[in-house]
Amino acid sequence: MGRRVASLLVVAAFFAAACGSSSSTASSSPSATPLSGNISVFAAASLAASFNALGTSFQRAHPGATIQFNFAGTPTLVNQIEQGAPADVFASADTANMQALGDAGFTTGSSHVFAHNKLEIVVASGNPKGITGLADLAQPGVIYITEGPTVPAGKYALQALARAGVTVTPRSLETAVTGVISKIELGEADAGIVYTTDVQAAGGKVAGVPIPDADNVIAAYPIVAVKGSTNLALANAFIAYVVSDAGQSTMATFGFQHV
Amino acid sequence: MSLEVDLRLTLGPLALQMELVIEEGEIVALLGPNGAGKTTLLRAIAGLVPIDAGHVRLDGEVLEDAATRRYVRTEDRSIGVVFQDYLLFPHLSVLDNVAFGLRSRGADGAQAWSRAMEWLERVGLGRYAKARPAQLSGGERQRVALARALAPEPRLLLLDEPLAALDVTTRAEVRRDLKNHLDSFRGLRLVVTHDPLEAVSLADRLIVMEAGRHVQSGTPAEVTERPRSRYVADLVGVNLFRGEAEHGSIRTPDGPVVAATDAISGAVFAVIHPRAVSVHRVRPEGSPRNVWSGRAGGVELLGDRARVRIEGDTPMVAEVSRAALIDLELARGGDVWLSFKATDVVVYPA
Amino acid sequence: MRRERAPLLIAVLAALGAAFFIAPLVGLIVRTPWGSAVQSLLAPDTLQALRLSLEASLSATAIALFLGVPLAWVYARIDFPGRSVLRALTTLPMVLPPVVGGIALLLAFGRRGLLGAWLDNSFGITLPFTTAGVVMAETFVAMPFLVLTVEAGLRSMDRRYEEAARALGAHRWTVFTRVTLPLVAPSLVAGSILCWARALGEFGATITFAGNFPGVTQTMPLAVYLLLETNPESSFVLSLVLLSVSLLVLIGLRDRWLGTA
Repeated sequence: MGRRVASLLVVAAFFAAACGSSSSTASSSPSATPLSGNISVFAAASLAASFNALGTSFQRAHPGATIQFNFAGTPTLVNQIEQGAPADVFASADTANMQALGDAGFTTGSSHVFAHNKLEIVVASGNPKGITGLADLAQPGVIYITEGPTVPAGKYALQALARAGVTVTPRSLETAVTGVISKIELGEADAGIVYTTDVQAAGGKVAGVPIPDADNVIAAYPIVAVKGSTNLALANAFIAYVVSDAGQSTMATFGFQHV
Repeated sequence: MSLEVDLRLTLGPLALQMELVIEEGEIVALLGPNGAGKTTLLRAIAGLVPIDAGHVRLDGEVLEDAATRRYVRTEDRSIGVVFQDYLLFPHLSVLDNVAFGLRSRGADGAQAWSRAMEWLERVGLGRYAKARPAQLSGGERQRVALARALAPEPRLLLLDEPLAALDVTTRAEVRRDLKNHLDSFRGLRLVVTHDPLEAVSLADRLIVMEAGRHVQSGTPAEVTERPRSRYVADLVGVNLFRGEAEHGSIRTPDGPVVAATDAISGAVFAVIHPRAVSVHRVRPEGSPRNVWSGRAGGVELLGDRARVRIEGDTPMVAEVSRAALIDLELARGGDVWLSFKATDVVVYPA
Repeated sequence: MRRERAPLLIAVLAALGAAFFIAPLVGLIVRTPWGSAVQSLLAPDTLQALRLSLEASLSATAIALFLGVPLAWVYARIDFPGRSVLRALTTLPMVLPPVVGGIALLLAFGRRGLLGAWLDNSFGITLPFTTAGVVMAETFVAMPFLVLTVEAGLRSMDRRYEEAARALGAHRWTVFTRVTLPLVAPSLVAGSILCWARALGEFGATITFAGNFPGVTQTMPLAVYLLLETNPESSFVLSLVLLSVSLLVLIGLRDRWLGTA
């Protein structure tokens, strides 16, 4: 069924592109064709705040372009794309998932790592349980939750815990970092492991406890254009923007580390 | 031991006000048309319908008293009820049905079942102990219902139209059996019915009820010879008038003056048997003091005689011979005259 | 008697309607890797999810019977002010989106919830992330099915049998257990099966309220959802299992519940 929708979209986009190109020639400068059209960006949940900001500034610079975002756990996005969901750009929270998608033949062009991230322990605002480090997660009175093992953050969390020599059984395996954050906010769980950028994005609703670099994991975020995109020009333009200096500084304000 | 009932209640459109007493040794039938409130009264005695005023006393014990707000629950009353549709529990065997009352009252299984089996044998259905009620015929189910009601040995037995659900041929046979069982039951017995034949053949005393009120009571003979309501008169098949008697004449509210020879005065009933009514095509001369006109209506053949309904200001039923029916060509209707002698009018106080 | 034939337009539309339902089911059957099906089924995670689902759904049904039959009895027999409002509220989970149900449960029984906070402070009991939480979520969405079915049965039974029992000396409890319950047994069975099937398939409220952890809160539907990302073929197998169960339930209940002759 996904194929059918995709092919319908191609036909529609054809006409849209044809109409678009005919109307844009009137006011364009001779050197560059203004970017226009519609693209869908599938991005890992931890990129929500930063990519929304990138999207806003990109659309301001290119009035004819519209970007729709779909944020979810990376494995979920991979599955959706494989099932035929109409994505133009894919931004993953790890290289393994990017590799898998590429091997399955769903990417076009090469991927670029555009940001790095580190893990942090997230706790309720005010840190009522007095968590000071990874070892405290195993304390009896602490409800610890994390992302599922196939979600990059979940995988990294397991690595960090292994490095620190801490064994703890989570009470729930969420499908994305956002699930962990919201349960901490609601007060249902006491602690979780997410990215530093997530703690920053959640503002005062949660608090963070840093993980020492020796135990921490550096997460690499690659971005790529999806095969079958109906507006490859716009897709690549957005990718270029993300890896550009302007894009990088936006990412930095949200807590991501430079490439 | 006796049952004393004196109560008033309202149930929807029915306003019931009844007084009755049942003594040991007599079988009482409550007779009346549909809607008279007989079943409602039975249910009130059983405690299934609340009373507005009055009381129900069984063997000296107050079962319900509106004034003192005393109410003994149905399940705590020593009664046995045979319902019109029998209401045998469909999911239990015949034996379990009969044993139900005994077990509910605390008897242990073995004891209850052996007593129940005795009762089943007594009504002649021992071989159906393991069967389900649905497998039995109407007459058989009626007997099981009776056994079920009697097994716990209640002090009062209430039967609601016990033969109504049966077809005519089964009814006669079951009626005889029922009469035997009622006779041998030592407690109080009340049968509710709309069928006069049932009432007359089962009961020692009749109480006639209409529109929630007591109309008449007495032995079957008394009630049928001296009906006190149109309902009973129709059941028995006689012509009934009610009026003021004075010097041999009776003025009826909306009918003619019926001449009679009896020297009673005051409010009276007057009964004329259809046999005493003659039908003519021309106005008759002669001794009969009561003569008036009408139109021939429905004809009912009864062996070698026929009952003819004469319509008019005052409808009456006349009984004539087959020959007369043919001679007068009554079947085709038309104007007729009827007459009856003053001496054939039976008068009694209202 | 001539058999009636459908007019052409109606036949075509009906066939399309049927195809709409049959196509996904056929797709599932065709795509299921029958070769590795048994292996997928016997994988420890799968067996764990199966066992958890069965335990939780049966517990939910038991609770639904214990609380739901009295509730159905009250609705069917007692008239009290506000009955229709109460009845609507207790039927709400049937039409509520399950996730909304899960959120409502969190607000009531979560650690900061209305009752949950008291439970945590007084007894140290938390319900989210526990199997008990799963049972609660399933009971919440499935119990209305049982209540409605049993209530309908109680309303339609001939109450004169209860009077006959009383006239034979049976007190209220005996009447209930020896007469009423047996007479509404078909509704009890149908209601229980519907309730169980709904509990078995519950997803939204479970994942929202109870979370997701293998062996504790990861029921079959959750396992299917997650397997779709990691091991799609296993998810097909599990889906087929759930589908077969639902189909069997519907076939078993078709006369009673769906009203066909």
